[in-house]
Amino acid sequence: MTGRLSTLAAAFVIARRDFTAILFSRSFFFFLLGPLFPILVGGLAGGIGQEVKNNAARPELGVAMSAADAKALLAARQRLEPQLGSAIPELVVVKETRPGEAFDAAAAMQDRRVNLAAVVTGSLEKPLLSGPKERIAAWRGPVAVLAAEAQRAGGTDYPAVDLAPVKLATTADEARSRMVTAQLGQTVLFLLTMLLAGMVLSNLVEEKGNKIIEVLAAAIPMDAVFLGKLFAMLAVSFVGITVWAGVGGAVWLGAGGSLGQFPAPAVGWPLFFILGVAYFAMSYLLLGSLFLAIGSLAATVREVQTLSMPVTMLQLVNFFFASWAMARPGSAAELAAMIVPFSSPFAMLARAAQSEALLPHVLALAWQAVCVVVFVRVGATLFRRWVMKSGPAQSAGKGPWQRLGARLFSRRAVR
Amino acid sequence: MKLGEWQMAGNLGAADEAGAGRPLAIEAPLAIEARGLVKRFDGFTAVDGVDISVPEGAIYGILGPNGAGKTTTLRMLLGIIDPDEGVRRVLGHDRPHEISHAIGYLPEERGLYPAMKTYEAIGFLGALRGLPLAEGEKRGKELLEEHGLGYAIERQIRQLSKGMAQQVQLLGTLVHEPRLVVFDEPFSGLDALNQGRLEKMIREQAAKGTTVIFSTHVIAHAERLCDEVAIIAGGKVPFAGPVDVARDRIRPQVRLETRATEGAWRKALPADARHEGNFWLFSLPESGIEPLLRALIEGEAGILSLSIERAGLHDAFVAIAGEAAARALEEGNGEEAR
Repeated sequence: MTGRLSTLAAAFVIARRDFTAILFSRSFFFFLLGPLFPILVGGLAGGIGQEVKNNAARPELGVAMSAADAKALLAARQRLEPQLGSAIPELVVVKETRPGEAFDAAAAMQDRRVNLAAVVTGSLEKPLLSGPKERIAAWRGPVAVLAAEAQRAGGTDYPAVDLAPVKLATTADEARSRMVTAQLGQTVLFLLTMLLAGMVLSNLVEEKGNKIIEVLAAAIPMDAVFLGKLFAMLAVSFVGITVWAGVGGAVWLGAGGSLGQFPAPAVGWPLFFILGVAYFAMSYLLLGSLFLAIGSLAATVREVQTLSMPVTMLQLVNFFFASWAMARPGSAAELAAMIVPFSSPFAMLARAAQSEALLPHVLALAWQAVCVVVFVRVGATLFRRWVMKSGPAQSAGKGPWQRLGARLFSRRAVR
Repeated sequence: MKLGEWQMAGNLGAADEAGAGRPLAIEAPLAIEARGLVKRFDGFTAVDGVDISVPEGAIYGILGPNGAGKTTTLRMLLGIIDPDEGVRRVLGHDRPHEISHAIGYLPEERGLYPAMKTYEAIGFLGALRGLPLAEGEKRGKELLEEHGLGYAIERQIRQLSKGMAQQVQLLGTLVHEPRLVVFDEPFSGLDALNQGRLEKMIREQAAKGTTVIFSTHVIAHAERLCDEVAIIAGGKVPFAGPVDVARDRIRPQVRLETRATEGAWRKALPADARHEGNFWLFSLPESGIEPLLRALIEGEAGILSLSIERAGLHDAFVAIAGEAAARALEEGNGEEAR
């Protein structure tokens, strides 16, 4: 015979099974690939957009001059480009004219085979710029500079100018920058939490379908089943995040990126990451335990969707509330966002980006941990009360909401 | 009444009354004691005051028609759900989960993880009961070999037939060598061959001293296997006790063949006597067989054959469960009239 398992040991048995089962499943593979799809689609759309922008937004300046003038103008542009960059237009020689030959600039600009915004004719000494009024007004100066440079024929040496960037941020600038970091952190936290809470719910419904849940409930306390499932999914998510962060970080660093490009959070990057992981865990455990309680009400995946929709919406409201409160540091709204369990992780992560104080984080994490324990216990109790029943189906044919109502308002004599 | 008082009083109602004369019930300590268990779902009373006492080492059957409350009773005994009223004690513990490592349970709705291999599934079920996973998997392989399923060790559950998966779950229920095994409708879904194997396995477990409880609505299994039974009908237990006592609840059946068909002796036959073919069939009169025999001889009935047959458990079950159902119906009607 064997020895009795403690609740934690029993939760470990469940977590170990779920963790390995999920890790080696196809769904985890797709879970890992999850962020790739928006990146791919975004990249593709961005690439196409850039191409279109390049083609449409960078019109060229046509040159219709004598061969010598046109050549000198092109050479001048080449010399000036390192100094002036996009301030000077792209040049396209549309025609090398003979002396005294007239050129129809309007006709050239209407030719759809080229993308001419204006045309310069005449000579280097007396250039004539033809085109829409705004365009020629904007290019008047650059054309004059190009013509002058062309006449000088490269005689001028431009001195190299050394650059010394200086960061001069005001307090307001710094606060605004940190707000960006806070907002980014909140959004990532919210998306990850919703993704995982949905997964843990599907996992539970699947087990109800497999009829395994009764075997589990008979062997170990339901609290242990819930805890095991929650922590297994949390561990899976950490694996996923590690892979995403590893690959994403490598690509980012490979592309010459660095964290310095983002506004640094008030507590510093290392602590911000640690707090991010802690708040992610708490946010997920809070929402996951709520979703597990919902799982106890639902008999099918469709019912899960029906019942979880309002909770998802409510979580969205919490997220917006925390985001809104973030912009009002020190206000009652921020305090409320930090206390309400479901918005607390978002609000606190935003605070980590904006304020150096650490004690509020210790208190918030302790408070959130207490809420997790309470939610898991309540969820487990509801599960045992509502799921493990047999005999005639009293509620058969009722929808999930009717069933919820019947269960909540029926008279019960509980020991 | 609290459980302790109830034990002191030593009067377990129907269970004790029926258990008289069965050394197992009197001398053996109880593996399960339950008193006044009540469970309601959405206003419907699924179990209504169930008392059960299961002696350690016994094979105990819980018999009842479909929807009688068998599964709910077992779930309460195992701590899967809590009773709304009443007390239970399993292997000396008020909270069944405290002793779950000594219990094995096969629910009516079988379930295993489809992606697991057979030995992994057995190991996992053992781990839930406190057996180290590696040890459970090792024992799982051994059990599969012992029970002729060695060829399926590396197969996933989803690749097995329903009957095979059920056997694997059964082995998982026993892998940690529990002191108490509870099977809910274990014979359903099994073919005759596997039903025979399961009966053999249950006897082997009992021979090792394990207490075995199973629910069924097929009486033949209980009659062959059980030391004691509880009959549940309409959420109540109208009978609990040894199988022989259940059979004695209905009077033995008399089968009489006479040469004469008419005569004054006919007045001596009990009121329930009916004529089928060449035979008279009736329950043994309370006064015994001698007065009837005397009347038949004096009335020159010409007795050709006479046999007295003890009732089977099936007849007893139908009579007891039927009576209870009828009584429940009457009570319901009475309440409605009030």
